[in-house]
Amino acid sequence: MPGTAPEGGAALELRDVAKSFGSVAALRSGSLSVGPGSIHALVGENGAGKSTLVKIVAGVRRRDSGVLRLHGEDVDFGSTAESKAAGVAVIYQEPTLFPDLSVTENIFLGRQPLGRGRRIDRAAMYAEAERLFAGLGVHIDPRRPAQGLSIADQQIIEIAKAISLDASVLIMDEPTAALSGVEVERLFAVARGLRDEGRALVFISHRFDEVFELCDTVTVMRDGEYVSTDAIAETSVPQIVSRMVGREVAELFPKTPAEIGDVVLEVEGLSSLGTFHDVSFSVRAGEIVGLAGLVGAGRSEIARAVFGVDRYDAGAVRLAGTPVPARSPRSAIRAGMAFVPEDRRKQGLVTDASVARNVAAVIRRGLSHAGLLTNRDENRAAGPWAGRLEVKTSALDMHATTMSGGNQQKVVLAKWLATEPRLLIIDEPTRGIDVGTKAEVHRLLSDLAGQGMAILMISSELPEVLGMADRVLVVCEGRITAELPRDEATPEAVMHAATATVHHTAEGISA
Amino acid sequence: MSTATLDRPDDRAARAYPAYSRPLWRRVLLTREFAVIALLVAVYSYSYANVPNFDGPLTLYYLFLDIAPILLIALPMTLVIITGEIDLSVASVMGLSSALVGVLHADAGWSLLAAALAAIVVGAVCGAFNGFLVAYVGLPSLAVTIGTLALYRGIAQGLLGTKAITDFPDRWTDLAKERIFGDGSSYPMILIPFVVLLVLFAWLLHFSSFGRGVYEIGLNDEAAHFSGVDVERTKLLLFVLAGAVSAFAGIYFTLRFGSARGDNANGLELQVIAAVLLGGVSIFGGRGALHGVVAGVVLIGVISSAMRLEQQTVNKINIVIGALLVLSVISTTLLGWAQAFLSRRGRGATTSSGPSTNER
Repeated sequence: MPGTAPEGGAALELRDVAKSFGSVAALRSGSLSVGPGSIHALVGENGAGKSTLVKIVAGVRRRDSGVLRLHGEDVDFGSTAESKAAGVAVIYQEPTLFPDLSVTENIFLGRQPLGRGRRIDRAAMYAEAERLFAGLGVHIDPRRPAQGLSIADQQIIEIAKAISLDASVLIMDEPTAALSGVEVERLFAVARGLRDEGRALVFISHRFDEVFELCDTVTVMRDGEYVSTDAIAETSVPQIVSRMVGREVAELFPKTPAEIGDVVLEVEGLSSLGTFHDVSFSVRAGEIVGLAGLVGAGRSEIARAVFGVDRYDAGAVRLAGTPVPARSPRSAIRAGMAFVPEDRRKQGLVTDASVARNVAAVIRRGLSHAGLLTNRDENRAAGPWAGRLEVKTSALDMHATTMSGGNQQKVVLAKWLATEPRLLIIDEPTRGIDVGTKAEVHRLLSDLAGQGMAILMISSELPEVLGMADRVLVVCEGRITAELPRDEATPEAVMHAATATVHHTAEGISA
Repeated sequence: MSTATLDRPDDRAARAYPAYSRPLWRRVLLTREFAVIALLVAVYSYSYANVPNFDGPLTLYYLFLDIAPILLIALPMTLVIITGEIDLSVASVMGLSSALVGVLHADAGWSLLAAALAAIVVGAVCGAFNGFLVAYVGLPSLAVTIGTLALYRGIAQGLLGTKAITDFPDRWTDLAKERIFGDGSSYPMILIPFVVLLVLFAWLLHFSSFGRGVYEIGLNDEAAHFSGVDVERTKLLLFVLAGAVSAFAGIYFTLRFGSARGDNANGLELQVIAAVLLGGVSIFGGRGALHGVVAGVVLIGVISSAMRLEQQTVNKINIVIGALLVLSVISTTLLGWAQAFLSRRGRGATTSSGPSTNER
């Protein structure tokens, strides 16, 4: 029973909402009660049913049963247009704006103010957009195209759109996942302002420090069911975590010391015009090297160039002393590299292909018999690796489309570990992954290093970098600005180096 | 909680998975490929029983002679479309190779074999040009091959003008019409190179690592690139194959009719693409199989052949084939519903309101 939430005048109320897809129950009994003027956190592991719940409120999906009330009135949304008209706005992790339209046109899409002769009144539109931005306390040129805006700015545009629609309920689905510290602060300021205007906000996040900093109430979900609702002041992180997973979670970052061996990866003077300059570092066997820095500092770009996905202008990459040709992922794989990219759905796996095909995607060249590669070969090779990583699937021919983020990450890891690499490059190993799987991934990385694998890890979560890495390289604006051994890597030292040339504080970078 | 390690996985401890989520009959029968094959069998049986002269020895023979170019070109076209690209220039390459064989043989005095080889090389070069622009320059294949459709056709007609070259040695023109098993048989010689190519392409697409890459490119080319699939080279090779096979089909076309003309096989590219799509290949890439495509081509051949024997006009034949193509596109959705329905019933059914749109 959502006890602490205001009972009478809840802006948004769900009670025992259920939704099944075929025989899979995505949501068994979702309950949530958000009062006006409140920021309500909704937390739970991936697959707990948060997204389904949001989709029902947004009108993307229709519930099978249960109560959905908006300001005390029973509602039933058949489309997103209906939910928008009723005053519900959803801000997604990665907003989808029309890149070629201006910021203002994006805000007023489909409901542009009309002037004389039914012509669009641009002046009024720009003035209104400026007023909205001023109200939010942000500076974005309303005339610029949406293309090239940072994700943070795109979210602000979505929020401005929601306000211009006079939304009374705003749902933010993991809005901070791709934001840097400063951007998170700005988003929080905007969110608090909206709260003070009396709007109801739902904030979904995997980052507890943010939940505790921003929200006043927290609802926990597990396995598609409502677990608890508490005032933030009356609860604690361990309590919430244990409710989310239904068990005590082992220590999150269990890096065990491993024997450091020979140099595996050497990068020398790597440069790519406009993205990074003169990057040199090495990674040894058994060592986890963390690449830290702000989002957009060039960490992923460096990793992609090392693996050969992107080109570079100057420099050299050597694996175990042998030069690795540029711009050829295949050569990198042959040399013994594996690369788990940042964006699982777009880069990590082919979601419309089966688990077996995905897991065997890199090793399949060695699987054919007498020149023939069959499904059976792939299944036989993929099955054990999927099992070793405890991928949750009912059969090897299931597609990865509907899997949770953590499960997809396991498929990607299975695919690369199957190549038995000497160097594993892993970009944002736990982004969008629930707490339980997160700990599994961390333990796995630690084990791999213990067995002599060299690991280059990129992460925007500072505690993850500090907890896992033997050595931290800090990247700032395309240059390595600090190299810190484990015992010198403090949050302050890393943040200082990460903002070396950026003259504003980035207090409270993601944690 | 996992204790995953890097040790080579062995059977102990690791979780085991069944290979397939659905029983064999459902995996085989509930596919677009099977639907096309079933339709082919039905139409063929019906025509055999009801259409006058359809059971005659000449029907099948002429049917194969007619559809041979489409059968041939459909093979590489299937792979091209599965990668999410398209090649509209194939019929123009046929025309170019036809004109080239005529010019080289009749005007320049080359032997027919040499002229044919040269034409195939030129076809491959035409395909390489398409492939280079698509894969390495990054232009959309629809635009590129509309351009080269006009370009190659233009060169072909420039070579021969409006004249036709008809003096080819009987030995070769007869070969194009020869039957494999002697006079009474229904199978023309051209089926031999077709079967060879079919085996080659089936291996390439369905039983090789290259083919897995072809599907991956169609489904998600970025992820394919990240796992070491050489996206550019794969596309280039497929366009080269399409060009070479089209040139070969052009030579066959020339010899079968004993006539080399620049406008030979005009418009054939759309017949090829229609047959490939009818055979269950997705125009968006990533889905399809060769047995369905072959059935699709033969199905179109059988329908036109039967309707011709029924004295129907070409227009009516086109209407039927066009309607069939539209139906086949709709059938994807219908099949999806059927599968969703069966799996709901099979697993004992929870009630779900409205169509579940997330199932494919």
